[in-house]
Amino acid sequence: MAMSTAGRPVAAVASPAMPRARHRPMRRRGGFGDDRPWRWAFFSPALLLMLALGLLPLVNLLTTSFYDVTWTRAAAVWHGVALAHYAALPADPLFRAGLVNNVVFALAAVGGEMLLGFFLALLCSRIVRGTALYRTIFLLPILTPGIVIGAIWKLMLNYDFGLVNQMVGLLGLAPQDWLGSPRTALVAVIAVDIWHWTPFCFLLLLAGIESLPQDVYEAVHIDGAGFWQELRYVTLPLLAPAIMVTAAFRVMVAFKVFDEVYLLTGGGPGTATEVLSYTIYQRFFTENRVGYGAAMSVAVIFLVSMLLVLSIAARRKAAAEP
Amino acid sequence: MSARTATRGRRRLHSAVRHSVLIVAAVIIVVPMIWIIAAGFRTQISLLMGRVWFTPILANFQEVLFSATSDFLTNYRNSLVVGISSTALCLVVATLAAWSLHRMRWPRWVVHVFLGWALVFQMIPPIALAGAWFAMARGVGLSSTLVSLVLAHTVLNLPMALWLMGVYVRDVPIELEEAANLDGASTPVLLWRIVVPLVAPGLAAAGVLCFVFSWNEFAVALNLTVKATATVPVAIAKFAQDYEIDYTQMAATAALSILPALLLLLFAQRYIVKGLTQGAVK
Repeated sequence: MAMSTAGRPVAAVASPAMPRARHRPMRRRGGFGDDRPWRWAFFSPALLLMLALGLLPLVNLLTTSFYDVTWTRAAAVWHGVALAHYAALPADPLFRAGLVNNVVFALAAVGGEMLLGFFLALLCSRIVRGTALYRTIFLLPILTPGIVIGAIWKLMLNYDFGLVNQMVGLLGLAPQDWLGSPRTALVAVIAVDIWHWTPFCFLLLLAGIESLPQDVYEAVHIDGAGFWQELRYVTLPLLAPAIMVTAAFRVMVAFKVFDEVYLLTGGGPGTATEVLSYTIYQRFFTENRVGYGAAMSVAVIFLVSMLLVLSIAARRKAAAEP
Repeated sequence: MSARTATRGRRRLHSAVRHSVLIVAAVIIVVPMIWIIAAGFRTQISLLMGRVWFTPILANFQEVLFSATSDFLTNYRNSLVVGISSTALCLVVATLAAWSLHRMRWPRWVVHVFLGWALVFQMIPPIALAGAWFAMARGVGLSSTLVSLVLAHTVLNLPMALWLMGVYVRDVPIELEEAANLDGASTPVLLWRIVVPLVAPGLAAAGVLCFVFSWNEFAVALNLTVKATATVPVAIAKFAQDYEIDYTQMAATAALSILPALLLLLFAQRYIVKGLTQGAVK
């Protein structure tokens, strides 16, 4: 009973002779530390789920990545290959293309979304009426399934009858095979992602702008600051945390991109739109190379965790500097 | 006098420019949506000819919904079952854990390690986990059942729900909890009678998002389901895989699949915005 509060000054003060009351309220942060069984009871479902379906799969992937698994008469045959799968990764053209495209995709798409989203949010914060209507319309793509976004743009970008080529025709230009040409395929997928997720950045940044303190703006207005000065010295610095959170969240999701690529291009033409999730999917599920797919997954998870550690370290460093 | 009218005129001009840019953005968002819904009401020929005007027909929707060869109603039911069950499960688990972690006396490192792990987990591409989940589901005899997909979606949404509920749970005044505790309320009663009503807006926000994410999820559903358990996104993707794509039927299924999103937009928009923006503002 005393264990849970041992080391806390509050516990030391309490008379040792008197049995401590069960319903003793907390003095500082936190609630009801003496209620150990309930503490565990409430936490354990989440813990169990995250262990069984979060950690165990990773262990499973790690083990599998050292083997080649083949199937003979419905029984798996495990053949140890040690680190061969990992050794093969750096030279794998699909893995390399996936990695490069993932980085290009994440930077270009999130960059475009943040700029456009910020611009639109700034405009929307400066109008008197209609904000709610714009917000409703802009929420639409966020709620639409990625696969439907893919279906929409597969039709829109179709060479023969797509609306995009019809528009291009109206301008007197030649129609393009947007998704079929290696030159435009990745750009087209990035453009679709920008269409899909700019509203998300808009929404978060608008909420950020609306929560900024108004008196600061009044003060700089009295000082006669112009639009650019206000943006540079007031809005951007105050909005920095919201911008960081939005961009970080978007990069995280952009790195996992799968649905749109699956439906729009299938990684093609060639390796023009190959992304990591799609490469893993093919190894695992279409080629049935479970061991190699597992090694690829482990490598990607490792890269992602490194990214997280680096970004946290960068934030710590930025916070530590005056 | 004239200076004042000039200022007012400039202000009006600015407002008009802002609105026109926003209207262009709104049109760019809405037109593709309307175009695909309209494509669901067309004949394949009319779509392929690229005609602007057409006579709407219902054949695509009839085919998709009622034809003996179409599984779309089953897919719809599967998506609803998975969405509702995983949302309910996720909310219960996340609320319990968030309250336990933030309001009961855990060693600091437990909270940090667990929430840190949830954050890393959130960054892992779900497709990388799908292979392992598939193997595990087969191991326990749950392969290609809806149960395995419900569990997968629950754990995929858990980090988001944990985090959102954490924000709301920490907003519950500690004095209220202490008062209830002094009055002799047991821990579960305290949670149920005091905390749950106070975090109800958070439950609504997290619940709407869980449901939408589950409804939209494709990568895992594709690999954990078979024909009988396929969800709506999997069914739509099947159209695109066919050798000859039936564009108008694909458009009809796509139009039907965004119905829940439209309903939520009408009736739960407040909670969607709250859930999505919680991170940027806090």
